[in-house]
Amino acid sequence: MGRLHELFARKNRDVLNVYITAGFPKMDSTITVMEALQSSGADLIELGMPYSDPLADGPVIQESSLQALANGMTIEKLFEQLKGFRNKIDVPVVLMGYMNPVLQFGFEKFCETAASVGVDGLILPDLPAFEFESHYGEIIQKNGLDFIFLVTPETSEERVRKLDALSSGFLYAVSSSSTTGKEKDFNAVVNYLKRLEGYGLKNPILVGFGIKDRETFEAVTPYAAGAIIGSAFIKAVSEGEDPVKTTIAFVKNVLNK
Amino acid sequence: MINTFAKPDQQGYYGEFGGAYIPEMLYGNVEELKKRYLEISSGQAFQKDFHQLLKDYVGRPTPLFLAERLSQLFGSKIYLKREDLCHTGAHKINNTIGQILLAIQLGKKRIIAETGAGQHGVATATVCALKGLECIVYMGEKDIQRQAPNVARMKMLGAKVVPATSGSKTLKDATNEAIRDWINNPNDTHYIIGSVVGPHPYPDMVARFQSVISEETRQQLSEKEGSPLPTRVIACVGGGSNAAGAFYHFLDEPSVEIVAVEAAGHGVNSGFSAATTQLGVPGILHGSKSIVMQTADGQVVEPHSISAGLDYPGIGPMHAHLFASGRGRFLSATDEEAMHWAFKLSALEGIIPALETAHAFAVLDRLGMKKDDINVVCLSGRGDKDLATYMNAMDEQ
Repeated sequence: MGRLHELFARKNRDVLNVYITAGFPKMDSTITVMEALQSSGADLIELGMPYSDPLADGPVIQESSLQALANGMTIEKLFEQLKGFRNKIDVPVVLMGYMNPVLQFGFEKFCETAASVGVDGLILPDLPAFEFESHYGEIIQKNGLDFIFLVTPETSEERVRKLDALSSGFLYAVSSSSTTGKEKDFNAVVNYLKRLEGYGLKNPILVGFGIKDRETFEAVTPYAAGAIIGSAFIKAVSEGEDPVKTTIAFVKNVLNK
Repeated sequence: MINTFAKPDQQGYYGEFGGAYIPEMLYGNVEELKKRYLEISSGQAFQKDFHQLLKDYVGRPTPLFLAERLSQLFGSKIYLKREDLCHTGAHKINNTIGQILLAIQLGKKRIIAETGAGQHGVATATVCALKGLECIVYMGEKDIQRQAPNVARMKMLGAKVVPATSGSKTLKDATNEAIRDWINNPNDTHYIIGSVVGPHPYPDMVARFQSVISEETRQQLSEKEGSPLPTRVIACVGGGSNAAGAFYHFLDEPSVEIVAVEAAGHGVNSGFSAATTQLGVPGILHGSKSIVMQTADGQVVEPHSISAGLDYPGIGPMHAHLFASGRGRFLSATDEEAMHWAFKLSALEGIIPALETAHAFAVLDRLGMKKDDINVVCLSGRGDKDLATYMNAMDEQ
C-alpha cells in the first residue's frame, strides 16, 4: 500500500499539501525545505520540477521555476538530491511538472528513477487522459506510481468520473478555471466542492489554486480531504530571509499551531 | 484525393507529431473547437461568408506573378504567389478571417491572440474591428519595442496590446500569456492562434484556412501552364502557416517538390539560430508534440532570427512530419542571406518583401532548378514593417 493511500486512510480531512519548486530558493534548499515542511506539519509535499514554459502556473511559480533553473536545477540533479531522502522524510511526495523535460529525460527512466528514490506519485498537467490511456499510464502504473489528474469547475460529471477512475492517490480539484495564484470567489468554490463530494468518487479530493492562508484553507477543508498551497508559500519563501524558518512559520500559521 | 500529408488523424497526429497536450483547464475550450470546427467551417453559410470576405475585404485571389528577371537569373521559370498583396500585408489574415467567423458561430465575445512581429496581431485586430469584437493581443515586451509601427496599428484598430513580461519577453512568452488568459477566461473567449501550432485542432484548422493559397495556385497554374502542378513550391517556415497554405494541395502530389526554408540566424551552429528541424528534437511545446529547440534537460531555448516572424523555437506538427518523413526538403537561410535577398528582390522585381519571406528566396540557387521547371515561391508578406531594419542596412553600406 502506497504512502498516499496510507495517508488518506488515516486522515481524510484537513490534509495540507504544500507545493515547493525543487532548487528554489537555493539549489541545495530542496531537501531542507521538505524537512521543514514535514516537521511543521504538512501532510504531503508536491515537489515542482522547474520548466521554462509552465502553462498552468501563474507568475509567482513561474518566477520560482526560472530562479531554480538559473540555480542549475535539472531532473537529473533533482533525482541526485532525492537519493536517500526517505531516510529523513516520511510524508508522501508527488512530483509535479511538464511533459517536455520528462520526455527528454526519458519517460520510462523517469518513472523508474522516481519510484526508486521513493517518490509516490506524479502530476503532469499537460499529459492528457487520451495519451495516458494509450501509452503513458501503463508505464506509470508498472512502476507503482500514483498519477493525479486535475479537474475544474467546467469539467463535466462524466469526465470527472473518468479522470477519477484513471487517477490514484488523490484527485486535484482546481478551484476555478485559472492559473495558479489568482484570487477566488469562495462561495462558488464551496458549491463546486459540494458537487464533487456528491459524486462519491473513489479518490480523496485535494483542492488547489487560490488557497493561501489559514482562512482560505479552513474555508475549503470542510468540503474536501484537504487543500494545496503553492503560490502563497513560494511568495513567502522568496520574501523571507531563511527558507527553513519561513517554511515553519508559514505552515504553522496555516495549521494554527 | 486521400490527403495523407495535409491532414492529421482523429487525435490530431501527423505521423508521430501533433496531439493535444493541454492542462485540464483548457480541455473544455479545445474540445468544443475540436468537435465543432469542421462542422462549422464546412457549412454552406460559413463558406459563403468566408469566401466573400476573402474576395471583397482581403482582395483574393492574390496574383500568381511570373517573375521574369528572377527567372532569367536562375534560368528557370519562377512564379511568385503574391500574399503580400493581401489586406494588412501578409497571408495572416486568411486565417484570422476564418477564425473570427468561427468565434462568432461559437458565441464568443472576446478575442485573444499572440503576436511576434505584430503581423498576426494586426490581422487579428483588423477582423475584430470588422466584426466589432473585443481584442486583446499579447506581445513580448522586447517585440513591442522592436515593432512600434505594428503596435500603433493594433491600437488604432482598437486592440489592447498587453506586454508579455515573463521569460525572454518574445513570441514564445506572448504565446504562454495568451494561453494563460484563455485558461482564466474559459467561457467567453476565443484564442486566435496565428500559426499551424498549438493543440489539435489548431494546426489543422489554421492549415485549412490558409490552404486557399495552394487552391488558387493550382487553378492559376492550370490557366497559365496547362497543368495545376508545379515542379516545386518554396516557402519560409517559422511556425509555418504560409508554408502550410502554400503546400497544402500539393502535399499528396508526389511529383511536386516541397521546399521549406527555416531561419538560420547567424548560422545553424552559431548558437543564434531558429532552424528548428536542424537543431531541435521531438518534444512538446504549446500543446502539441513536434520538433522543439531545447536544452539536453528539456528546457525550451530562445531562438534567434532577424525576422521576428521566424523567431520561434518550434515548428507546426505538419511540418515536423514533412521533415521526419522526408516528404519536405528543409533548408535554411541566414540573417545576412535574407537581408541580401530582400534588396535583390526589390531591385529585380520591384517588390519589397518581408524579411521572413526573403528567406525563401535565399535558397533558390541551391535547388538545382532546371530550364523547364516551374517553381512557385510563396511571397508571404510585404516589407513595410521591416523598413527600419532595411534603412539601417542601407545606412551601413
